[in-house]
Amino acid sequence: MWGKRLNFRVWIRGAALTRRFLAETTPSLALRERAAHQPSLPMFAINTSALFGQLLVGLINGSFYALLSLGLAVIFGLLNIINFAHGALFMMGAFCAYFLLNLAGVGYWGALVLTPVIVGAFGIFLERTMLHRLANLDHLYGLLLTFGLALIIQGLFQNYFGSSGLPYAIPPELTGAQNLGFMFLPNYRAWVVVLSAIVCFATWFAIEKTSLGALLRAATENPALVRAFGVNVPRMITLAYGFGVGLAGLAGVLAAPINQVRPLMGADLIIVVFAVVVIGGMGSILGSIVTGFALGVIEGLTKYIYPEASNTVVFVVMALVLMVKPAGLFGRAS
Amino acid sequence: MAASSTVIQSPSGARGFNTELKVFGGMAALLIVLPLTGLVYPYFIMQALCFALFACAFNLLIGYVGLLSFGHAVFLGTAGYVSAHAARVWGLAPELAILLAVMAALGLGLAIGLLAIRRQGIYFAMTTLALSQMMYFVYLQAPFTHGEDGIQGVPQARLLGLIDLSKPLILYYSVLAIFLLAFLLIYRAINSPFGEILKAIRENEPRAISLGYKTDRYKLVAFVLSAGLAGLAGAVKVIVAQNASLTDVHWAMSGEVVLMTLVGGLGTIFGPVVGAFIITAMQQYLAGWGQWVQVAQGVIFVACVLAFRRGIVGEIAARLKIPL
Repeated sequence: MWGKRLNFRVWIRGAALTRRFLAETTPSLALRERAAHQPSLPMFAINTSALFGQLLVGLINGSFYALLSLGLAVIFGLLNIINFAHGALFMMGAFCAYFLLNLAGVGYWGALVLTPVIVGAFGIFLERTMLHRLANLDHLYGLLLTFGLALIIQGLFQNYFGSSGLPYAIPPELTGAQNLGFMFLPNYRAWVVVLSAIVCFATWFAIEKTSLGALLRAATENPALVRAFGVNVPRMITLAYGFGVGLAGLAGVLAAPINQVRPLMGADLIIVVFAVVVIGGMGSILGSIVTGFALGVIEGLTKYIYPEASNTVVFVVMALVLMVKPAGLFGRAS
Repeated sequence: MAASSTVIQSPSGARGFNTELKVFGGMAALLIVLPLTGLVYPYFIMQALCFALFACAFNLLIGYVGLLSFGHAVFLGTAGYVSAHAARVWGLAPELAILLAVMAALGLGLAIGLLAIRRQGIYFAMTTLALSQMMYFVYLQAPFTHGEDGIQGVPQARLLGLIDLSKPLILYYSVLAIFLLAFLLIYRAINSPFGEILKAIRENEPRAISLGYKTDRYKLVAFVLSAGLAGLAGAVKVIVAQNASLTDVHWAMSGEVVLMTLVGGLGTIFGPVVGAFIITAMQQYLAGWGQWVQVAQGVIFVACVLAFRRGIVGEIAARLKIPL
């Protein structure tokens, strides 16, 4: 019942936001139209602003691939499961930001801090109540369980919000764009790329260069031995899952103003991220970050050169990598 | 190689064979009588039979080789498109359309299998899922699939020039015959020396390698066989439903076949059939509930993994101490 009432309020607010959103994006639409009216260029001429525009889109997608595959790699390292619910939790991050704004009045910056904590706490709840029971079973059961969780979460959100998107405005501090001479760089997009790179680097630093990270890596290699040293490994596993899921939540907040907030926003993304993970191999943290960004850029380039293949290019790269280096670019052969 | 059948003892002895034969006879008799009782709509049973065959093909991999293919819908859907296109646009007879579709599924199975078996466990699952998603995008854009509309109005012509498939009961018994034959083929494969080697790979792959088996080849053959049978299910399904659509290639369908097999019992012979009937019935009766079907499927997934890993048939078999 509350769902219906909420929907109505959301609808009113949504209409206002859509109008604002359209007003903001109209100049770029006009630009695109003008580009379409220009005399068509020969094949080999490079349309720099379109090329850099697609590269930027690629870099944005790459940021999400990197954040998500990094979370998957952290979780895989300690729990040995592939978290199929990662896409659903990414979507929950975006919805969490939306709820914080529309129900609690917490804006973008607050959501940026709160959402990873909330989604991470939800992840910890999932790990404590369900996932930890599978520790001694075949790892495939973890995949099946998290697949079921993804179905439940996505199904529930679809029931209440349908399949269409809800708008989430860009924070006023980050609206506008910079003229770089060869292209316009929207401030918000630059912010997403920079923040993702910083978060990824910080995670890499924490895992590879600090003493806590050393314990984490040791627990990945040999949990029994690390426990013998008096380290609470089960708690570490729980926190690692919460952290990985929190990264997905953060990616969700970042994505909310770019893509609309939709129940299925994570469902298709997660399969591309799986391909990214297969390409990079989950042996290295840095590997998953680099692969994520690189594949986003490759996808962007493809959108410029041959748009029909932009949906499939990541999978084609995956097939090629499997042929040449089955363990993945950064993976260890096992 | 030739001595393998004597080296590895089959877990199901003569007694197991007899029980399985009796259960198979019972299942066949039930399915023959069921549409005549008028209790169940024949179209529903035909659909369930197609999914049952699909699930049995999938179970051949997960249950007997230990490979979780998370992209099996691609074989179901590809064969569906090929058979629909061949029957509708080229006007081929049903048996030729089905044959062509199975060939297509076998070919695609070979291509995907060659790539996917290079990785194990979770990576195998992710690779198959990613490759099937790639094919989904290909079909979404390819003109012959008609994108979101799918291929509608697939004709139900005469099978082998004699059997008129447009009559519901005749169509039903043709589908049933195809299902039972394919089921026996799978049963035979599992209980052959080849099947024993597959089980050895499932239990301990390094050991099978050290015994001199080229396990990659066995895995590939099993994968291609499974893909072909899934294709058979897809081709028949299209002729029954008279349309081929993107739903059959989507990852959600791959998830559904995993669920059917899990509910029935992984690695049991009859489990996938039971699971397919339960899940198809659930979808049929909950059709008006929108996305709650998806939620219910998720709940069943979670419940099966946490508390009910043997599945229905696996549980019965364990209680009665018989192989099923």
